[in-house]
Amino acid sequence: MDAIVQHYISENGTLDIDAWREHLDFTFVCFWGLTIIDNSAGSTCLAIEMVPVTGHCTKVPRNVNIEKLRNGYLFPEISVREFKHIQKYPDAKLISLGIGDTTEPIPEVVTSAMSEALRKAIVEMFYRDVGVKDTEVFVSDGAQSDISRLQLLLGSNVTMAVQDPSFPESVGYVAMGLKFIVDDKFQAYIDSSVIIGQTSKFQEETGKYGNIEYMKCGPENNFFPDLSATSRTDVIFFCSPNNPTGYAASREQLKKLVKFARENGSIIIYDSAYAAYITDDSPRSIFEVPGAREVAIEVSSFSKFAGFTGVRLGWTVVPEELLFSNGFPVIKDFDRIVCTCFNGASNIAQAGGLACLSSEGYMAVRAVVEYYKENAKILVDTFTSLGLMVYGGNNAPYVWVHFPGLRSWDVFNEVLEKTHIITVPGRGFGPGGEEYIRVGVFGGREYILEASRRLKKLFD
Amino acid sequence: MSLMQHSASISSSSSAFLGESNIFSRTSKVSLPSNKSGLCKCVSSPPTEKTAYNTKVARNANMAKLQAGYLFPEIARRREAHILKYPDAQVISLGIGDTTEPIPKVITSAMTKRSHALSTLEGYSGYGAEQGDKQLRAAIASTFYGDLGIEEGDIFVSDGAKSDISRLQILFGSNLTMAVQDPSYPAYVDSSVIMGQTGQFQKDVEKYCNIEYMRCTWENGFFPDLSTVSRTDVIFFCSPNNPTGASATREQLMKLVQFAKDNGSIIVYDSAYAMYISDDSPRSIFEIPGAKEVAIETSSLSKFAGFTGVRLGWTVVPKELHFSDGFPVAKDFNRIVCTCFNGASNIAQAGGLACLSPEGLKAMHKVIGFYKENTEIIVDTFNSLGFSVYGGKNAPYVWVHFPGRSSWDVFSEILEKTHLVTTPGSGFGPGGEGFIRVSAFGHRGNVLEASKRFKQLYK
Repeated sequence: MDAIVQHYISENGTLDIDAWREHLDFTFVCFWGLTIIDNSAGSTCLAIEMVPVTGHCTKVPRNVNIEKLRNGYLFPEISVREFKHIQKYPDAKLISLGIGDTTEPIPEVVTSAMSEALRKAIVEMFYRDVGVKDTEVFVSDGAQSDISRLQLLLGSNVTMAVQDPSFPESVGYVAMGLKFIVDDKFQAYIDSSVIIGQTSKFQEETGKYGNIEYMKCGPENNFFPDLSATSRTDVIFFCSPNNPTGYAASREQLKKLVKFARENGSIIIYDSAYAAYITDDSPRSIFEVPGAREVAIEVSSFSKFAGFTGVRLGWTVVPEELLFSNGFPVIKDFDRIVCTCFNGASNIAQAGGLACLSSEGYMAVRAVVEYYKENAKILVDTFTSLGLMVYGGNNAPYVWVHFPGLRSWDVFNEVLEKTHIITVPGRGFGPGGEEYIRVGVFGGREYILEASRRLKKLFD
Repeated sequence: MSLMQHSASISSSSSAFLGESNIFSRTSKVSLPSNKSGLCKCVSSPPTEKTAYNTKVARNANMAKLQAGYLFPEIARRREAHILKYPDAQVISLGIGDTTEPIPKVITSAMTKRSHALSTLEGYSGYGAEQGDKQLRAAIASTFYGDLGIEEGDIFVSDGAKSDISRLQILFGSNLTMAVQDPSYPAYVDSSVIMGQTGQFQKDVEKYCNIEYMRCTWENGFFPDLSTVSRTDVIFFCSPNNPTGASATREQLMKLVQFAKDNGSIIVYDSAYAMYISDDSPRSIFEIPGAKEVAIETSSLSKFAGFTGVRLGWTVVPKELHFSDGFPVAKDFNRIVCTCFNGASNIAQAGGLACLSPEGLKAMHKVIGFYKENTEIIVDTFNSLGFSVYGGKNAPYVWVHFPGRSSWDVFSEILEKTHLVTTPGSGFGPGGEGFIRVSAFGHRGNVLEASKRFKQLYK
């Protein structure tokens, strides 16, 4: 089988991303066959190796739901632009505040301990005052897997609402043989919903999938959806503190959300992965709100709390009181899913998790969280001093910067071009992210300070 | 503090479902003292007459189709009940196929090293590729598929076969039809039900509608008569087999590949026990010419390296495998892996890499050899008692025939009289009725003791 190599070169040396994108859409390209080469003329050239489809096809039809998925462009696109940028400026010291991956090592005390009753420790540390029982905690290999298992649990006939912005349209899509690291993979609410078959087709004009309720969140509504304008859905995904806006919902707001869910008989899936970053008295768990036990599931993770993005550990709380419309306890079905579709988080990861929740361990991981929070403060101050509207950053490791009237990809490009800093264009998180860029705060202090210096120079 | 007790009118053995953590008490009437503010919530009636709040979210109808608890938690429950009844009994478990011997040091030291490195700036790493560490993928490809034309890029590292099976089901979607061996590992059928590929369970035949059950008995050498098997989109095939221990021959697998090719089907080949093969049975489906166009292979370090708790496995999706419209299956599987998963633990992967070093392979073979000796002891025991015994040669499972008897009855009898936990064959499908699966994982002392007790019971 001979491979064909196609080149995409643009006259002025910038990569013709649109042509590349169109090409990917309409050809059967084996992703592993893609390579990037630099031609002798000096301009960056993207070479795509196409392996023609010959030989046996099975008679097994492709899952139509996966067909509905948009090709993931956000992070591969960023990666391509990063790569091209490096080609163009080989001496530039690129700083990436795009990826949301933790960078600081896991404290020693955590990595050298033995394993014990992790569920009890989770309850003791995070849910002591809100009545969650250890039997309601399901330890997992992280929120991304949990969300997928929750979608399996719920099945294809339920409707979903999501915050907008909240999710990148592309999720961890490894294209073109480029490896990139994203943190938003666990925000795969939409993609997992599409795969399970809860949605209809993606609509180009609106940038949304049919049959999902998008709840707009912006400064105009204090980053909390106008529930009076929100249609009823069976499930409401709610992430607080939020990725990408960094906004943490207030107690009052969450009371409204719980009330809304109760009136509509809906289930909230509450993602509290960033709770450790809360500075003020915003609730750290949905279960701080009375009545939440009958309407909510909470998903959380050690990823951002303890640097466990690679180690893989998280948990989901399903309260006993949460019932389907026929009175059947949700926890029973979730337990069945967990027993059938999963075999537990790695015992070693669990041992590490337990150490994180020991008194010494907890202090140590909190110190790392504080380190990232200080990074956040530096970046918030930087953007604020430049007269920009800045959101987030004080309850989450993300800073959400507003550039009214500008397209987020344009801002992304300009920032990258002029300061060699990678950010994430807000549009990648949903139509509600247009005009914003997300700046991550993970990184060594010196990089954050350097980034700050460059940004000040650019926007002065 | 509110006290709640559910009366589980959900199904007849609901309390069995949750294993050790039995949340749902079956007592229905309890009178509780009110606290001072009178806020005492007492739910003592079935949910339909509820005072409890129901959401308006309909339960997934597929979950309702599932039969009484996944097999192994049910066995665990019975074991726990037995221990309560006989607190002094020395219960020996040859039931759940869980490894017992320690992981060789060369492997655990790699994991320790990796853990400690995570506390250093140079050694720290965050998110890894969802498909797995490149080095590990390459090692898997060369170790298990060296001369079979399977490359690093075809390998997807996972947290084990059970998760992989579900992810494959998500990939396939609800509109595909499945065939399974009968008997077989329960996760294939159960995941198919959850995905919505099946109809209701038919109690009279003990089968779900819309699944093709391929009977495997001693009469057909534990290989299905493919001439009587209807076409399905997907065929799950586990060899060496859990629970029967049967290992398909090269000729049999060639027939299977041809069958899949003729029908345009996809084989999902589970090779989790391949390293237990003693004879020249194929260790991978890809040893069969043409298999790359019709098969996916899933495997695991669980039974090779004692990684049942560490969690590491892999799935091979060849480039040549296409859906009916020509779309490469690997591309969609990659999408699933990226959306529904975030990679196997980096520490487990470090252990996996050590497993595949020359020293690691040697160490694994030693432990596998130990379990195979256990298997011989068990085979000899039942042979000497005059039973018809199957398996045991190429897998750590012994499949013992108790003609005319209900396997749950035999299970209960063995447990009650000898304090030995086995696994009833019917838990693996109707084709398992009349059989008991005895697994060979255990400390040597326990296996020898078990052998004694079997001899006493059945002499």
